[in-house]
Amino acid sequence: MFANDYITENVYDEMFSSEGYPRNSYSALKSKMESLGGSELVKRSSSAEKALISLGITFTLYGEKETTERIMPFDVIPRIVPSDEWIRLENGLKQRIQALNLFLSDIYGPKKIIKDKLIPEEILYSSSGYLKQCEGIKPHNNIWIHITGTDLVRDGLGSFHVLEDNLRCPSGVSYVLENREVMKRTFPELFDKLQIKPVYDYPFHLRSMLENLSDEENPVIAVWTPGVFNSAYYEHSFLAQKMGVYLVEGSDLVVDNYKVYMKTTKGLKKIDVIYRRIDDTFMDPESFRPDSLLGVKGIFEAFKRGNVALANAPGTGVADDKVLYSFVPEIIKYYLGEEAIIPNVPTYLCSREKDLKYVLDNIHNLVVKAANGAGGYGMIIGPKASKQEQEEFKLLVQEDPRNYIAQPVLNLSTVPTLIQDKIEARHVDLRPFILYGKDIYVMPGGLTRVALRKGSLVVNSSQGGGSKDTWVLSS
Amino acid sequence: MLSRVAESVFWLNRYIERAENYSRFIDVNHQLALDISEDFSNQWMPLVYTTGDAELFSKKYEHPTSSNVIQFMTFDEENPSSIYSCLRAARENARTIRENISTLMWESLNGFFLYVKEAKERFTIERDLTRQGLSVQLSEFLGEVRKNAQSFYGCSDSTISHDEVWNFSILGRVLERADKTTRILDMKYFILLPSPQDVGSTLDLLQWLSLLKSASAHEMYNRIYKKVHPVEIAEFLILNPYFPRSIVFCLQELENSLESVSGTKEGLPRNPAQEAASSYLVKLKTESIQSIFDKGLHEYLDDIQIELNQIGMKISERFFQN
Repeated sequence: MFANDYITENVYDEMFSSEGYPRNSYSALKSKMESLGGSELVKRSSSAEKALISLGITFTLYGEKETTERIMPFDVIPRIVPSDEWIRLENGLKQRIQALNLFLSDIYGPKKIIKDKLIPEEILYSSSGYLKQCEGIKPHNNIWIHITGTDLVRDGLGSFHVLEDNLRCPSGVSYVLENREVMKRTFPELFDKLQIKPVYDYPFHLRSMLENLSDEENPVIAVWTPGVFNSAYYEHSFLAQKMGVYLVEGSDLVVDNYKVYMKTTKGLKKIDVIYRRIDDTFMDPESFRPDSLLGVKGIFEAFKRGNVALANAPGTGVADDKVLYSFVPEIIKYYLGEEAIIPNVPTYLCSREKDLKYVLDNIHNLVVKAANGAGGYGMIIGPKASKQEQEEFKLLVQEDPRNYIAQPVLNLSTVPTLIQDKIEARHVDLRPFILYGKDIYVMPGGLTRVALRKGSLVVNSSQGGGSKDTWVLSS
Repeated sequence: MLSRVAESVFWLNRYIERAENYSRFIDVNHQLALDISEDFSNQWMPLVYTTGDAELFSKKYEHPTSSNVIQFMTFDEENPSSIYSCLRAARENARTIRENISTLMWESLNGFFLYVKEAKERFTIERDLTRQGLSVQLSEFLGEVRKNAQSFYGCSDSTISHDEVWNFSILGRVLERADKTTRILDMKYFILLPSPQDVGSTLDLLQWLSLLKSASAHEMYNRIYKKVHPVEIAEFLILNPYFPRSIVFCLQELENSLESVSGTKEGLPRNPAQEAASSYLVKLKTESIQSIFDKGLHEYLDDIQIELNQIGMKISERFFQN
């Protein structure tokens, strides 16, 4: 069943140790797979896929000629995280979110961290995620980042690192919930046997977190989507439905007397809390991009006056900047007096002369990324790029060093993955979702994204990535 | 509820109902063509007149052959009312209001769309191969369309609360249905008899009977009337207050749902959409079938369509645009 060349060197496999023995947490899964056999596994895989198609769980791809709707490729072999490892990750994520939130309160407020010269002023102000309009704002309970989807990866030795913080509008949680539903139908026997932590209650946690953003007794809550043409539209409507709240588009909203209303069949109705899935600068053509057709005039001012809560608060993107990312371990130490529990990936800042020289000389061994890029765009993976691509990218870096960082190529961990009728090793990352309300809630597990192309390290769904269910064991 | 959502729910249901009725239209003609084998070839254009799409059809197709008309009404992507286009639009609307309908409804609609899409691909290939039109498996396909539409309605009626979303569904459904019932009745106006002497002939009655069948009305009709008679068929499909596809029945439903979404109590000021629906219903109820035939059935059906259009416009003004 397993491909002959399954075990590879220099990579941490989630199922097998380097000696080729299955890890404890995977033994039940492995024997189940073996007792089912390859053809039954293929059968279950295709019925899982049918279930996803009939549920209409799709994302939209924009081609040159026509838009197509696809299901996110789904692999039936789950990724398992043992409980002790999970507890450490959970603590590490809580620590990180808390520190980043304090950082945002600080930089849009007293700016102590700048005055103490921990972070150079010019790095903060040159970040495209920094919104000067947010200076002096105090969001409800001083919480800025209500929803986070942190990207975690293992290095070749198996230790987890934070790759990206994703503090703006992280997506993918709907896949986690739907994947789990499909997996319960696909491997009911394993759910019986293993103690897998449930994820179904995420929407309840999300809803109660949003309710707490308003002092109203029964706040009116809405998810704000850019619309049906957005690639994550399915998720927006999914979350609205699971929470039992409104799903609105910009054209449904209107601001009057600094309050936000939606247009209903019975006239205007005030909204108290908005979970917005639209980028900061598109929200309000009055305060930000005047060319935004998706936005609502005056909504930022309504937010500033405390008449509507926005989750996440505008301005959080600055903490997503890949240059500022490199300072997060110091940020944690500065605000919490603690060492980071989950380390960063070592990062070279091209704005530093020494680093820049190193990056230019060693681009063939590095991943170089634009500071504000996302979704696998604006980056180069040195070892996989041609000489010419490397040279072209070097020019880009030299033109605007502030905007680039570099990291060693991490040999992401691998998980057994069903490729046709054989099981092969494919690289994965992990995106847990964290909610910051009265307390911090970390969804057990998260989205495991898998690079389905052999040897590929790019897990993004727009570039040949798929997903897997993530099982966190409770003991 | 959001105005945008109300509008999408309304249209979603109109499209489903339209797809279902198109399958009924095609079925009447198809059945007739099978019953009367000789010289039915020139009887496909009336179908296009009935649905009001003659202009678009003539732009796209040279001859109103069975193959062309069926293709136009089932799978033609450029005909916004073809069964395929309706399902695509219904699903698009459902996607924009996914959070307001139940999973069962969504799965039912999604499955319906995928079925029609798959049939479209299959039939298009066969059509190219044989140039025979779609007649071989046509009845089965049309039957499936009706079944799927009914199954969607079943999910809708039994899995979502009968509050605003549901009431706007009903508005869309019955408004479209009433319009299409007038058009089914009107088909007899366009389908010509070989000669005036044939009025009342077997052929004439056969045509009336298939029309009745296409509204799934023959069984209920037979419980009230003894034999197939044009005047009684028209009476049944226009004035019967109990048959769910009759005009009067649809208007009653329309009135009920409008009252629900308007939230007006009896005696309180009513909105223009309610006014229009109620006063037209009152007017219809005072008609007898004889008075309708005196005015001319075809002309009378035209008037009903105009009234229904106006009610539709008033619903839109009152609830969707603000």
